[in-house]
Amino acid sequence: MIRFETRTTPSPALRAAAPVLAAAAALGLALVPLALAGAPLGRALVLLVQGAAGSSFALAETLTRATPLILTGLAAALAFRAKLYNIGAEGQLYAGALAAVTVGSGAVQGPPLLLVPLVLAAAALAGALLMLGPALLKVRLGVDEVVTTLLLNFVVLLFVQLMLEGPLKDPMGGGWPQSEPILDAAALPPLVERLRLHAGLLVGLVTVVLAHVLVARTVVGLKIRAVGENAAAAAYAGIGVTRITLLVAALSGGAAGLAGASEVAGLKGYLTADLSRGFGYSGIVVAMLAGLQPLAVVPAAIFIAGLFVGADTMSRTLGVSNYIADLIVALALLCVLVGGLALRYRVRWR
Amino acid sequence: MSALLDILASASFWAAAVRIATPLLFGVLGALICERAGVLNLGIEGIFTAGALAGWLTVYLGGSLWLGVLVAALTGAGFGLLHALLTVPLGLSQHVTGIGITLLATSTAYFGYRVALPTVASPPRIEPFAPLSIPGLSDLPFLGPVLFQQTALTYLALFLFALSAYVLARTPLGLALRAAGENPAAVEAQGLDVHRLRIGAVVAGSALMALGGAFLTMAAFNAFFFEMTNGRGWICIALTVFASWRPGKALVGALLFGAFDAFQVRLQTVAGGLVPGQVFLMLPYLLSILALVLVARRADYPKALMVPYIKGQR
Repeated sequence: MIRFETRTTPSPALRAAAPVLAAAAALGLALVPLALAGAPLGRALVLLVQGAAGSSFALAETLTRATPLILTGLAAALAFRAKLYNIGAEGQLYAGALAAVTVGSGAVQGPPLLLVPLVLAAAALAGALLMLGPALLKVRLGVDEVVTTLLLNFVVLLFVQLMLEGPLKDPMGGGWPQSEPILDAAALPPLVERLRLHAGLLVGLVTVVLAHVLVARTVVGLKIRAVGENAAAAAYAGIGVTRITLLVAALSGGAAGLAGASEVAGLKGYLTADLSRGFGYSGIVVAMLAGLQPLAVVPAAIFIAGLFVGADTMSRTLGVSNYIADLIVALALLCVLVGGLALRYRVRWR
Repeated sequence: MSALLDILASASFWAAAVRIATPLLFGVLGALICERAGVLNLGIEGIFTAGALAGWLTVYLGGSLWLGVLVAALTGAGFGLLHALLTVPLGLSQHVTGIGITLLATSTAYFGYRVALPTVASPPRIEPFAPLSIPGLSDLPFLGPVLFQQTALTYLALFLFALSAYVLARTPLGLALRAAGENPAAVEAQGLDVHRLRIGAVVAGSALMALGGAFLTMAAFNAFFFEMTNGRGWICIALTVFASWRPGKALVGALLFGAFDAFQVRLQTVAGGLVPGQVFLMLPYLLSILALVLVARRADYPKALMVPYIKGQR
């Protein structure tokens, strides 16, 4: 007879092992579609790993891809922690990118010491404001934030297209809908010569550490966790649930907005409507793999980024579509959810 | 102004409204059945996409149109079964699992499309469902062209709406299903299996969602495009709330939405020079948000929606 017992406190080893096992399970499951597509499995996996981490160039590419995922992953982790399901990081990323090019492409002049923080602040503010709307609708009217944030993603992307064909269009862009370039003084500089890796990674890491300190070491962080665990009990204990929810919404949207600034001011140099390859949605998977822990977002983002970068290499060599990476990412999300059960229950045979 | 009134009075406008509403009819009915039984299915967006590909690919590979419809429905049912198993017996977060199902179904469809057609640049077309005139009724003035010269899938959607409304309201199965979403313990006390009811509802609802996607490739665009679902699934979730989970209101809501969408397309041709096209394209999403806000105060959620049922626990 199988029995399930609740675990009150899963061991640290188990906590660390669960997402790793989930990721491995997702890779294992992805062998089925790979085999159906006629790919040589062993070679495919080797190419995947080589493409993601086989050289210093590959590693730099993976870290470059991980940069926005760290910030969108953090956005989801912070919000989900307070049971605020922000699925709108994609839109908030674009809002941040829009703010970054608006401020950073010539509207304000100055030295990098002034312009770079200004661009980052504008992007964070834009992302935060965009998330405050759905959060206000949730706390004031009880409107489900999942649907509103999802719908807003489409609205924001259309708004970006509108701006890129209108007021923000680069007259020198050769007719392409793209914004004017970010000023050199407003750009996030490259970290290594001749590689695409840029200072956006540092922005991401610093934000993660700040978020970790906030959540783990401050009174506000305790309140955030309390609201997420049990909102009714938190309210009874005198915590302003509405204020905490709005604060979390602003922080979450702000982090996603920073991702947009980092991509524009660090990687691309200008804004196009295809800036994000679904970073907002992959950020949800990053957050779940990280167990909603801010610090764990970094390795989780690097893993997911490695999948995408490695799959590009594999796809170029074997001709298997790189949508396999999206497939593995989706499987990883479902596997980590199931793996979460192992943290909550223990199986007993008797 | 009179140009706008002319649009509203024309039969071709309302025929377009019914046509545009058809995928929403499937989707909103599917979402309603899932949620009435107590399970939020945010897999809908991905299931739309997977259904769109499955139906189209079947016909492209030589199957008949109705075989395509069947394959699409089975594809939707498969993803629905996965969502149901994860959220009902395992009781996982319906929000996050649903997003996961959407990511999985979408990427499976995209990957499958690339495996089936590795080198095609422009999406190949299929011979789609043709409009089917209902003898006698299609000659009615106004109503004939609006309602009775549609494709078979539109008739199927309307028939399934009527059937589901009847089953939900008037049969023991419908009563049990509704109770599973309101008071599962009472269902258990009747000796019925809450988990089976919920799983069945999610599987059936997901099959309907996939038909919504299949309509897009088999009766509207006649080909499969990336990102062709374009938020229609999320709009259906919003419409379900707007309809207070009632089939009648959902039918009216979906048709109104179709009319609005048809109207904005025509408005673009009238006022296209003055306002950027993206503004019109935003309207459906903004309207969905507005609909949620309007009903927020009196939204009558199924009491046990998103609450996992665990036997012997209260």
